[in-house]
Amino acid sequence: MKDQADSYQTADGRTIGPVVMEMRNITLRFGGVEAIKDISFDIREGEIRAIIGPNGAGKSSMLNVISGFYVPQEGEVWYKGARRPPMKPFEVAEQGIARTFQNIALFEGMSVLDNVMTGRLTHMKTGLFSQSLWKGKAEREEVANREVAEKIIDFLEIQAIRKTPVARLPYGLKKRVELARALAAEPTILLLDEPMAGMNVEEKEDMSRFILDVNDEFGTTIALIEHDMGVVMDLSDRVVVMDYGRKIGDGTPQDVRNNQEVIDAYLGVAHD
Amino acid sequence: MPEQLAFTIEVFLNGLMAGVLYALVALGFVLIYKASGIFNYAQGVMALFAAMTLVGIQNGQVPFSHLINAIFGTDVHSFGWSVHSGLAIVFTVFVMIALAWMVQKFVFRHLVGQEPIILFMATIGLAYFLEGVADLMWGSEIKSLNVCAAEGACLPQGINMWIDETTFTAFGYGFFIDNLDIVASIVAAILVIGLVAFAQYTKQGRAMRAVADDHQAALSVGVSLNFIWVLVWSLAGFVALVAGIMWGAKSGVQFSLSLIALKALPVLMLGGFTSIPGAIVGGLIIGVGEKLFEFLIGAPFLGGATENWFAYMLALLFLVFRPQGLFGEKIIERV
Repeated sequence: MKDQADSYQTADGRTIGPVVMEMRNITLRFGGVEAIKDISFDIREGEIRAIIGPNGAGKSSMLNVISGFYVPQEGEVWYKGARRPPMKPFEVAEQGIARTFQNIALFEGMSVLDNVMTGRLTHMKTGLFSQSLWKGKAEREEVANREVAEKIIDFLEIQAIRKTPVARLPYGLKKRVELARALAAEPTILLLDEPMAGMNVEEKEDMSRFILDVNDEFGTTIALIEHDMGVVMDLSDRVVVMDYGRKIGDGTPQDVRNNQEVIDAYLGVAHD
Repeated sequence: MPEQLAFTIEVFLNGLMAGVLYALVALGFVLIYKASGIFNYAQGVMALFAAMTLVGIQNGQVPFSHLINAIFGTDVHSFGWSVHSGLAIVFTVFVMIALAWMVQKFVFRHLVGQEPIILFMATIGLAYFLEGVADLMWGSEIKSLNVCAAEGACLPQGINMWIDETTFTAFGYGFFIDNLDIVASIVAAILVIGLVAFAQYTKQGRAMRAVADDHQAALSVGVSLNFIWVLVWSLAGFVALVAGIMWGAKSGVQFSLSLIALKALPVLMLGGFTSIPGAIVGGLIIGVGEKLFEFLIGAPFLGGATENWFAYMLALLFLVFRPQGLFGEKIIERV
């Protein structure tokens, strides 16, 4: 096991940095139901970290804990070397953690460009007053933010639909716009909740390519949830496997693939 | 130009002006409804409260003086000074912001995620509570409102005499148009342009639209729902103040002011609950519609007094044929 502060090279020559986020003994309950039971794992800088598991394993709950939508009853979240106090989701976003949702949460009434621009909100620092006057600093800031937004739109190849209201877009493109909005925040960690759910093979390939490119180009740390084992194995550096709220495996795709408990969970062995 | 036609034009113009005042009230509804899905029944009372606070501050009235006198046996009513209108407006804006903060803190924060009907009931409660507070704070007598930028540059007082006065002449016909209405139209136009620009081009405006569209997504891009809701209620409070000033100058600051909220309902059904321009156009259509209908059809054929129900009938027609209103968000749904 590598030390938390160490960096290392992957086989394909990318550098994986020290641990940036660590979950310590997280337990999350909804009433009497334990959605997450005493789970610990870490996310390293620059890696693609996958969380997999069968339906109802608690993967989305885990992502919601990281992004602040759920507050766990027990356990600690460590971020950038400090313990994170319980936070509201918008505060987590301000700390540089952006996310997408399983069931796409876009601003349907706005254009694609406007959606991506809302992703820049955490980077807009001018106050209410100077914003209202729309002069000087506020104007320069808007221009700078617009440039970043346009760059990301180019990067994800959605220039053609920049001005289209999101509600008119097909599902696959909506997923891509949501990724663009999350990316626009230039996040330290990008959380993707089933980025390929409901896509056909071609769309999945596109999305996989974008995820790899984002990681490569911007060095963004990515944590993602995915069902499709093939995709996960190709994409990720390390994998956490969950089943019934417990962690049953953690390691490289190769490690996980050979883990008997993981194989059981996926092939369906009776739980007793 | 024949007399009859000129007269019709005059009625039309007066309708437009009346419409502006309806639109001002409707605007406050739209702001809050868009951002939080709350239909704020208390908007009219907020206008009343704002106008009373403005007059109270201007006249140096001691707030809650009746209460204070009753408890302590004193006899204070006035600070004995009067405050300049501009300054009084600034103070009133602060009061409206404080009110927005309290409404959010003590009422709607605890009702997040509740059914719309429950939120609506809460605003009805808020309306009666606020009316009571306004009464307790500033007293219930009718007050006149004089807003002056400088000596001699005052907001014109509404004229309650009807049409036999002439304010300007064109085509050899003496038109009557209330000066206050003209000022109100200009103010409303500036207000709407300002609000639309704010929503379109500023960070807070963008965050506001984000919250209006999807709460969860807004949170995920770093928008504090609480802040936005306080902001929206403050804006609605500001719009209420403007509406309160205009209506107050027209017909005096009195408790019946809170009933103008009811006239905003048909305006909203016409314009759509979610559109700022819709509130304006809806207001104008209702204003012009009810005046022209009364003049051309109501008075000659129906025995008059159609102004009371015309707006609601029009709204009813819209509900049947175009429920989202003229400018309301179309329901686009991919299946």
